[in-house]
Amino acid sequence: MKQHYSALSLLRHGINRHTTWAPAWRSPPLKDHYDVIVIGAGGHGLATAYYLAKDHGLTNVAVLDRGWLGGGNIARNTITIRSNYMRDASIPFYVKSVALYEAMTRELNFNMMHSKRGMIDVIQNYPMMRDRRRRQHIMDIYGATYEQITEAEIRRRIPALTGGGPDARLPVVGGYVHTDAAINRHDAVAWGYARAIDAMGGEIHQQTPVTQLLRGPDGRIAGVETPRGVIRAPKVAVAVSGHTTTLTETVGLTLPLRTMNLTAFVSEPVKPLIDVIVNCPDAGFYLNQSDKGELVIGGAPDTGQSFRRDIKQTVFEDTVSAMLSLFPSFKKLKFLRQWGGHLDIAHDASPIQDETDVPGLFVTAGWWGGYKAIPAGGLTLAHLVATGRPHPLMEPFGINRFRHLDYVMETGTTTAR
Amino acid sequence: MMQIPCPFCGPRNESEFFYGGPVRPSRPDPAAVNDEDWTAWLTQVPNPLGPVQEHWWHARGCGTWLTIWRDTRTHDVVEAPDDAG
Repeated sequence: MKQHYSALSLLRHGINRHTTWAPAWRSPPLKDHYDVIVIGAGGHGLATAYYLAKDHGLTNVAVLDRGWLGGGNIARNTITIRSNYMRDASIPFYVKSVALYEAMTRELNFNMMHSKRGMIDVIQNYPMMRDRRRRQHIMDIYGATYEQITEAEIRRRIPALTGGGPDARLPVVGGYVHTDAAINRHDAVAWGYARAIDAMGGEIHQQTPVTQLLRGPDGRIAGVETPRGVIRAPKVAVAVSGHTTTLTETVGLTLPLRTMNLTAFVSEPVKPLIDVIVNCPDAGFYLNQSDKGELVIGGAPDTGQSFRRDIKQTVFEDTVSAMLSLFPSFKKLKFLRQWGGHLDIAHDASPIQDETDVPGLFVTAGWWGGYKAIPAGGLTLAHLVATGRPHPLMEPFGINRFRHLDYVMETGTTTAR
Repeated sequence: MMQIPCPFCGPRNESEFFYGGPVRPSRPDPAAVNDEDWTAWLTQVPNPLGPVQEHWWHARGCGTWLTIWRDTRTHDVVEAPDDAG
């Protein structure tokens, strides 16, 4: 790092009235040719550029974004980091991602405000308890933690959970604790990666939307078209979440992805009340309390396809009524903000990361709830782009699985429902 | 709240409806199509940045199934079933 962050540096720059800090990253002029273009300066795009430089020495790399750094889906999520998945293909990947997140503050010399507070699944019917037990047995193999707890233990650890009693339509029957789960600060992930990429020589170009992918006469990817001009590169990686198909269709490529809207909202700050991530899959919502005291609340996705970035009234009402069934005291809370992101979900609800039928064009998509996957997703995509071979952790997630009907079915494990 | 035009009841709130998924072509005979078309039918749906055709069920109303074109950017219903109020 050009400028190491520490308590000492804070003191030194503080004595100079904070006038001596260097910018954390440059804004270099846009060149017309790079070795690799990464489209999307979100979590996955930035992590990819970071690992391209760190693990593979590729630094003639441009990360392009239509908006500003940290303004896309990396700012439109509920910062939940976890690895409680269902399939043998998925769990090791997310275990790796959780480990990379835990090491990120030191690795990037940037305070991620990582808080490994654990997640409690509050279960309200027996089929869901069996589903959790099945997950536990598979997670045990790969070292992800999942432990059953009683209703009494849930109520001891989450005193605000006063609904779901024996007379409720859906009484709480028990739960599972995922002690690996954590939350951190989403801006820090974007800024920390951007600073590290910049220090190694990579470039980040904001306000540079890609309008069209370009193919050469040989059929390979040739570059991208932007309002700032054509930029050429032999390799282009698409990490744009909901707009993946919009971009790949510009070179005639269809993918088994649907774009949907997932939203969250935040209450006014209140006193410390809940120190774990609470997930209530049967009621259909999840929440955690931020360091500022705000309750961060998410629900089920909107049902149909959507490219909107706000919350729909029906989704908001459903989520609030579900939350009040278990946390009736939250009825008096006022809400401060809402947001939505459009993300794509693949046919089997697992990610797609592969080189496409257009040689040199890579996609990383279908990251339904992709925040938790950022470091490992970048690690594996960088490996694929640099070496041409899929990373072992990502091998099951190629496009060909749909041609061979070899799905990695994670439907039902990726969001509250 | 999004209003969906029901051909029998007129425009009604979305909360009265269940989403029935995007309209797909009818299932081809797997033996009669090539592998590419077969897996495309199984796994892919149109994902347009714009109008998409989809089914909705007026479950908390008259119970009819209807088909609309809805814009995925705005959620405006751009084409409603015939005779919709």
